[in-house]
Amino acid sequence: MLKFIKHNLEGIDGVEIYPIISLLLFFLVFIAMLIFVFKLPKKNIDEISQLPLDNDTNIKEINHE
Amino acid sequence: MEKEQFYYDNKIVKMFLWATILWGVVGMLVGLIVALLFVFPGLLEIAGADNAISWLSFGRLRPLHTNAVIFAFVGNGIFLGIYYSTQRLLKARMFNDVLSRIHFWGWQAIIVAAAITLPLGYTSSKEYAELEWPIDIAVVLIWVVFGINLIGTILKRRQRHIYVAIWFYIATLITIAVLYIFNNLEMPITAFKSYSVYSGVQDALIQWWYGHNAVAFFLTTPVLGLMYYFVPKVANRPVYSYRLSIIHFWTLIFLYIWAGPHHLLYTALPEWAQNLGTVFSIMLIFPSWGGMINGLLTLRGAWDKVRENPVLKFFVVAITGYGMATFEGPMLSFKNLNAIGHYTDWIVGHVHIGALAWNGFMVAGIVYWLAEKLWKTPLYSKKLANTHFWLGTLGILFYAIPLYIAGFMQAFMWKQFNPDGTLVYGNFLETVTQVLPMYMMRAIGGTLYLTGFILLAINVIKTAKVGSPVEDELAEAAPLKQISGKRIAGEGWHTWLERRTVLFTILTTVAILIGGLVEIVPLILVKSNIPTISSVKPYTPLELEGRDIYIREGCNNCHSQMIRPFRSEVERYGEYSKAGEFVYDFPFLWGSRRTGPDVHRIGGKYNDNWHFNHMLDPRSTSPGSIMPRYSWLIKNDLNASNIEDKMTGLVKLGVPYSSEEIAGAKDKLLAQAKEIEGNLRQDPEFVTNYGSSNIQNKEIVALIAYLQRLGTDIKAGNTAKK
Repeated sequence: MLKFIKHNLEGIDGVEIYPIISLLLFFLVFIAMLIFVFKLPKKNIDEISQLPLDNDTNIKEINHE
Repeated sequence: MEKEQFYYDNKIVKMFLWATILWGVVGMLVGLIVALLFVFPGLLEIAGADNAISWLSFGRLRPLHTNAVIFAFVGNGIFLGIYYSTQRLLKARMFNDVLSRIHFWGWQAIIVAAAITLPLGYTSSKEYAELEWPIDIAVVLIWVVFGINLIGTILKRRQRHIYVAIWFYIATLITIAVLYIFNNLEMPITAFKSYSVYSGVQDALIQWWYGHNAVAFFLTTPVLGLMYYFVPKVANRPVYSYRLSIIHFWTLIFLYIWAGPHHLLYTALPEWAQNLGTVFSIMLIFPSWGGMINGLLTLRGAWDKVRENPVLKFFVVAITGYGMATFEGPMLSFKNLNAIGHYTDWIVGHVHIGALAWNGFMVAGIVYWLAEKLWKTPLYSKKLANTHFWLGTLGILFYAIPLYIAGFMQAFMWKQFNPDGTLVYGNFLETVTQVLPMYMMRAIGGTLYLTGFILLAINVIKTAKVGSPVEDELAEAAPLKQISGKRIAGEGWHTWLERRTVLFTILTTVAILIGGLVEIVPLILVKSNIPTISSVKPYTPLELEGRDIYIREGCNNCHSQMIRPFRSEVERYGEYSKAGEFVYDFPFLWGSRRTGPDVHRIGGKYNDNWHFNHMLDPRSTSPGSIMPRYSWLIKNDLNASNIEDKMTGLVKLGVPYSSEEIAGAKDKLLAQAKEIEGNLRQDPEFVTNYGSSNIQNKEIVALIAYLQRLGTDIKAGNTAKK
């Protein structure tokens, strides 16, 4: 539906700068993020991914409540 | 290091759990009722056919259903999961108990306010943002309370690293605030009536910028956060790839809020950017599917558990539903598929895959699992939970498949031509009656799903009775050692960033704000760029009142006001809609679904008597119609006491009413009403039935005035040119 009204946006002077900014920034952030993610040390990754699992250590104490 | 003892707040989790169940039943029940109204339009005429009850009509109940399911059921379900997982992931009690309570009770009060005002017809008409301005303000305030509570908990945590689920919660918190405020900017007229500050094309663009991102940041990101916590937790194994989850997070939040400008301004882009954009659009199916795969592969080597554990079954179907819905979404954005799917039941089927499978089943799984944890007892009946699972799954299939079929049937019937160039289904009603069996099956699907959910309610109530409540759960963890805010030796950049929460939150906010700005600026600029049409004039006072009745009754839930430039639509409805025709439409009323025909060019198509009879009993003028009766419009006196305030408000928004026009509004209104009554009296049958009553004072007259005006400005322009 919106495609029939989008030409109104396209007629704004210099409007193409907005999608270019957004696309380039997104592209750069995406690439930067990929690099950082793959450089993350394995030790850290393993440690963080265990976080949801190590909360139940004190179930026995809880039952005294 | 010495460990500290502290207590998790389980009470607040329990409160949200009960609210989730309660509003789930209510929201789905209203959904089932509106589904049945498609097949039995007279179902709720409990006071007799001539005394239809306004607050039980489809146009008012449908927003109640959507709001109840999105904000009450899924909303409470999200908070339930967030309040449980945040405390455990951060090894800290929620920041402040009072804030938790204010958040809970405030949210419930908003839901109750919505459940009262929407059926009473207090609505802004903008989908999933229907609530009127005082409730909007309350939503923002409660959201801020939730924000302080969440950020406060992060700041006092005992866990250095912040797990990815928490990032999803932060992104939800910030983005929803921005979206909600921008889309709900409105000019209050009375305590329960306002006009959107945007009109026509601009209002539509901002509304669907909100609509698109609200689905992303209310129904997707928080639920993904829950997935990343609860799926590993229940399967008792870490997420398949934590790296993938980081990629999933950043691409998803950037994609939704940043990709908008490409969607909206695609052809304005230079070719190199278009090519880059195309490559990206294809690449970006991967984050969603990466998320789905990440969730499903977490269960690798644990499929035996899926067979035994109903919670994991719910999760598997939920994640599969996420994958289906996120595949379908990009498909529907292709021009040719969009031309078929838009306005049809395909969209309704699509959103229900998201709601019933992804959101509903995710929440159900979490509720079952938490019931055991919160009451320290096995579930009352695993068998019952399995029954719920199968009823729910069947319900989803019975719901979605008939609507996909209905969607394609509608699209093809609307477009089918005879060899002589006329439409095969020239009467829109034929395209409605053809799909009624599909609506019946959809209602059966809904019944199955609701039945399953009621089993969940019974199961949890029984579990709670057997178990022992633990309101404050003891836990212990070492306090966080103060370390330098700077990167320490050997620390990765990302690890450093994610332990600096405040910085992280600010960066996320900046990312979203720049993205939002890049998108919002063209939308603000567009206003001056809409070609004006000199023959398009503001509404007369009576038409304006009629338009507000159209909004109050939620006519836009079933009727679009946007004729697309297709041969089939121009043939059926008349000249396609122009952007310049909507400049005085505060808010826009294009609708998103054609259960009934488009009404943008309805003006002058039928006489006033036809409209009068049609509103009184749609079946009398259109046999087989499934539209509700609007008999109260003929009984209720029109309340035009605020007409001057309404016009003054609109002047501030840019509608060129002169001060004389505003001063003489009531006289002009009455004159036009008299004229319409005069037209009605030309029909002898009308005189026999209503001859003695003063129809000119009734609401119906205003609505007729508005409907007869619709789309006629352009026709007038054409005649003038000739």
